[in-house]
Amino acid sequence: MKILVPTKRVPSSDERVRIRPDGSGIEDAGLAYMINPFDAIALEEALHIREQRGSDVEVIAVGVGNADFENELHTALAMGADRALRIDFDGSLDPWSVATVLAAVAQREKPNLVLMGKQAVDDDANQAGQMLAGVLDWPQATFASKIEFVEPARLSVARETDRGLETILIQLPAVITTDLRLNEPRYASLPALMKAKKRPIETVSCQDLGISPEAKVRLVRLEPVTIDRTCERVADAAELVHKLRYEAKVI
Amino acid sequence: MTILVVAEHDGTKVRSGVYSAVTVARDFAKTSGDNVELLVLGSGLDSVAADGARFGHVIVADHPLLANPTADRYARIIADVAKARDAVSIIANATTFAKDILPRAAALLSAAMAGDVTGYSFANGELLLRRPMYAGAATGVVTLDGRPQVITVRASAFPSAEPLDRSQECTAWNVEASKLPNHSEYVGLESRPTSRPELTEARVVVSGGRPFRTSEEFENYVGRLADALNGAAGCTRALVDAGIAPNEWQVGQTGKVVAPQLYVALGISGAVQHLAGMKNSRVVVAVNTDPEAPMFSIATYGLVGDVRQIVPELIRELGK
Repeated sequence: MKILVPTKRVPSSDERVRIRPDGSGIEDAGLAYMINPFDAIALEEALHIREQRGSDVEVIAVGVGNADFENELHTALAMGADRALRIDFDGSLDPWSVATVLAAVAQREKPNLVLMGKQAVDDDANQAGQMLAGVLDWPQATFASKIEFVEPARLSVARETDRGLETILIQLPAVITTDLRLNEPRYASLPALMKAKKRPIETVSCQDLGISPEAKVRLVRLEPVTIDRTCERVADAAELVHKLRYEAKVI
Repeated sequence: MTILVVAEHDGTKVRSGVYSAVTVARDFAKTSGDNVELLVLGSGLDSVAADGARFGHVIVADHPLLANPTADRYARIIADVAKARDAVSIIANATTFAKDILPRAAALLSAAMAGDVTGYSFANGELLLRRPMYAGAATGVVTLDGRPQVITVRASAFPSAEPLDRSQECTAWNVEASKLPNHSEYVGLESRPTSRPELTEARVVVSGGRPFRTSEEFENYVGRLADALNGAAGCTRALVDAGIAPNEWQVGQTGKVVAPQLYVALGISGAVQHLAGMKNSRVVVAVNTDPEAPMFSIATYGLVGDVRQIVPELIRELGK
């Protein structure tokens, strides 16, 4: 069984996002990056499935981007991925173009399962997995918080929805996008990282895949969000209720 | 041409968030001269269709195989309807229903999509969409190439549409069962029953954080205050992780995004991920023992103190 884990490289969550004065994007000089946390959860789940089911499971981490991505893919190897694959691309990406790249990778690698994060914490789009499933005409289970094999090629997935926890059964091959509560990703140890850095990362060009990804979502500008509220301190419950009733008029 | 509103429903009526999507669709139509049509999918949709018809012509995809919202089937129908009606835009309100299904429908149409849209403008005939990025720390202004454009809108960011003077027609969509995908199966939904309004639709939301250590405690303070205000109850991620509150009550970057008239944060320090889910609320009240809690920095009113003491006092004051 082959599990493909597409990952995205995003600014580290420890970093405060600063927007360039011209609004063309975020200030990326000196910025630290990491694997998108939801993708790390997907990778953890893939490793967990391998540990449960044995050595016939192969876990392949995938990244779409320029050579800078190698750092995060080495982290994926250090966490335990069997192989890492980088699709070399330096242009602008959106969920649609990512889905077309990943569909080409899926056709080449023929995985049984694609596990990826439900959204990336930079653009918060929450689309690529669903689009990939649509392009491949595979079943999908989004926002997964529990994954269980019920048959060799049939999975039960619990999904976090607005209405509650929904359970669906899906036939492999399939795309699953992972939510926060699925697992707690392991850390890559320093020795494992050192060792992983020596391992090669397979690089494939878009030309090799026979595709030319084109983004359809264009970012015109990025604006900072400021909240212009000044907190008025109140003394007690009575004053608060009075303010809500007669000043803010919300109750 | 058509602006298609995919209308989520509860089996009887369309959900109130759909009204906001209709508002956006009507406004687009004012500029373009297109028709606004609603699409409902499900099984046994007579009352849903009649409810939707108050807002526009309804296309009804009614079939036992559509009884539950499985993305592969629903996306296929949405894409087929969009093609048949020559849709220029497909709009839905941003819930997990639409977030699951619409990107897949977009892919079937090779269409671009923008999710969680909170505003828009037109410049030189081009639609500029505003949407939150980086956990709400930034707003991206984006354009979508090609047609149709697939959009989910945050219901709280737009007013509700008014029904038309008279109901429009409903047209049955011919569901070709043999062509529907058949590789996923709906099993069931597990949710904690609540008589309170849905979080994303409520005018008032009362949320609790770490001070509440059991479900009973949460109910006694957060739940009771929510009831006193006819509001919904929400919580932080920590409470869901601890099993104190069900995950559909979580407010934040990865939970629900709410923007009610009044948001009351009880013992919530104000992590950036939580703020992403509520900071656009009109009035924010923070109650916390720690006067330095970040929640105070985005609050309208702040009260320093113990929630266990303050909540019963608030309920008493509200009863006066």
